[in-house]
Amino acid sequence: MAIVVDNDTRLVVQGLTGSEGRFHGLRNRSHGTNVVAGVTPGKGGQDVEGIPVFDTVAEAVTQADANTTLIFVPAPFAADAVYEAVDAGIRTVICITEHVPAHEMLRIHPYIRTKGVTMIGPNCPGALSPGKANAGIIPAEVFSPGSIGLVSRSGTLTYQIGYELAQLGLGNSTIVGIGGDPVVGSSFTDILELFEADDETESVVLVGEIGGNEEEKAARFVAERMSKPVYAYIAGFSAPPGKTMGHAGAIISGSAGTAQAKKEALEAAGITVGTTPTEVAQLAARGSLR
Amino acid sequence: MVKAQVLTGGRGKAGGVKLAASPADARARAEEILGLDIRGHVVGKVWVESASPIAKEYYLSVTFDRGAKKPLLMLTTEGGVEIEEVAATNPDALARVYVDPLVGYQANEGRRLVYGAGIFDPSEQKQVLAIVERLYRCFATEEAMLCEINPLIVTPDGEVKALDAKVTIDDSALYRHADVAAMRDTAAGDPLETFAREKGVTYVHLDGSVGILANGAGLAMSTVDLVVVAGGRPANFCDLGGGGRAEGVVDALEVITRDPQLRSIFFNVFGGLTRGDEVARGILTALERIDISVPIVVRLDGTNAEEGRQILVDANLDQLHVEPTMLAAAQRAVELAR
Repeated sequence: MAIVVDNDTRLVVQGLTGSEGRFHGLRNRSHGTNVVAGVTPGKGGQDVEGIPVFDTVAEAVTQADANTTLIFVPAPFAADAVYEAVDAGIRTVICITEHVPAHEMLRIHPYIRTKGVTMIGPNCPGALSPGKANAGIIPAEVFSPGSIGLVSRSGTLTYQIGYELAQLGLGNSTIVGIGGDPVVGSSFTDILELFEADDETESVVLVGEIGGNEEEKAARFVAERMSKPVYAYIAGFSAPPGKTMGHAGAIISGSAGTAQAKKEALEAAGITVGTTPTEVAQLAARGSLR
Repeated sequence: MVKAQVLTGGRGKAGGVKLAASPADARARAEEILGLDIRGHVVGKVWVESASPIAKEYYLSVTFDRGAKKPLLMLTTEGGVEIEEVAATNPDALARVYVDPLVGYQANEGRRLVYGAGIFDPSEQKQVLAIVERLYRCFATEEAMLCEINPLIVTPDGEVKALDAKVTIDDSALYRHADVAAMRDTAAGDPLETFAREKGVTYVHLDGSVGILANGAGLAMSTVDLVVVAGGRPANFCDLGGGGRAEGVVDALEVITRDPQLRSIFFNVFGGLTRGDEVARGILTALERIDISVPIVVRLDGTNAEEGRQILVDANLDQLHVEPTMLAAAQRAVELAR
């Protein structure tokens, strides 16, 4: 079954005619994703290697049956792109765009929730269900199909862990990069809830980092609501307070959001936290071979 | 009062806030303050206002509460201390009210805040409410992450005034706040970080000797941690971005090698979309174009990692050390930095 994206995904790419959108849209299609449309206002009627381009998301929904969108439009237009997709009836929104203003997300978040829409990102690598569908910039060739769910705030660190799992002969049900911004559409908890309900997922690896308290909330969720084993890795133990470490959301504010506090919260919930990416992959491997 | 106008805290302790007895004295005090270096910020402007006798000190803020995903108003009459301390030791004294971002600020939220903080004097209430409303408007229109007035004082005559403020604006929103963007004090702060910003390199200066280059913020943070696990001290955090293009590598190397404390470099790259062999060629191209005296340890993983490592080994450069795992590479880089 997998989560977020699967064989039922019918993808529209907002910004398909831009260089990033075109490159990744076509890559996603070559992975077997059903890319049914692109949207670029003013370019309706064109096509990108056979993928029809529409002026509006509404047309992509009514004429190409799109149910999921992948957003590559520049940051000043990204919020508008999300609202357009939601209003057109899209149920799953994946926003890759970085630098979406944080205040936009304060409005987008309650908007998508009231409409029952699942949003991943912004500032994220997207979602990949190996062998089924890839929506975003995750290098699919690194991962193989399997039963471990992977959820993370970062890109390459996740690829590293997925790659190490693959070296150990293990694969993933779905890999979800939830994004590195202070407010994102789906939190760790939202994705853990989907993994818990997914019959293809047997265990989960959570990759967190400094900033905010979503890892702490996830720990509580795992302790109270999850039956599947969860393994974790946290980045940023040596990060100085008050400095943004690459991701807009990766910042220790005062004494809040430290890696140590997150590790302690996760361990208190019975989750084993690996010291290195390699170790967490080994922990998950040992768990799934048991 | 003559007050230094700098984008940092701790002005008073640094001698940036002084009382003057007369206009002539104010001029003399301003001359003392102008040019002062306060935490790397050189004072170019001063603010002159009449001195305020303080009867009471309050604290008022609007923060971007990322956990609740809402703006949070906070007010306490226990001013003059760290707000985190009030929140920890006397949480009842700190009134907290969330604003619905889709609705915007409503007057009742201000009233709940003022009543909650225990402010009962009608004139004081009215003045504080007006300030709360304007502070929220500033927070929303300027797209702030924090708007804080500390202290918000009441004079013996009952006048409510802001004596100091701290405002942080969302970097991602600066493109539509050109006036705020122009306020950035480019001469202040860490010179290496300023140079990195000019080059478009994501860089944070730390105080150790092992330079770090990795692709992706998460992997870069993890690399910094690993150097500490291996017993070393990272010189910096540096994110090359998703790929491993020679152009980006050259810029990043130029930034991190300017650090006089640098003794070794740990290059940690995961080849995803960019294949390992391309990354390896990018590194070699970068090394041809820039002269580096310290040893470089490279760890390459992911797609075509084997080919990439072979290219680096075949290059046969004395300063280049290729290691198979992150931990082994961290240990090697730490050893070489000793």
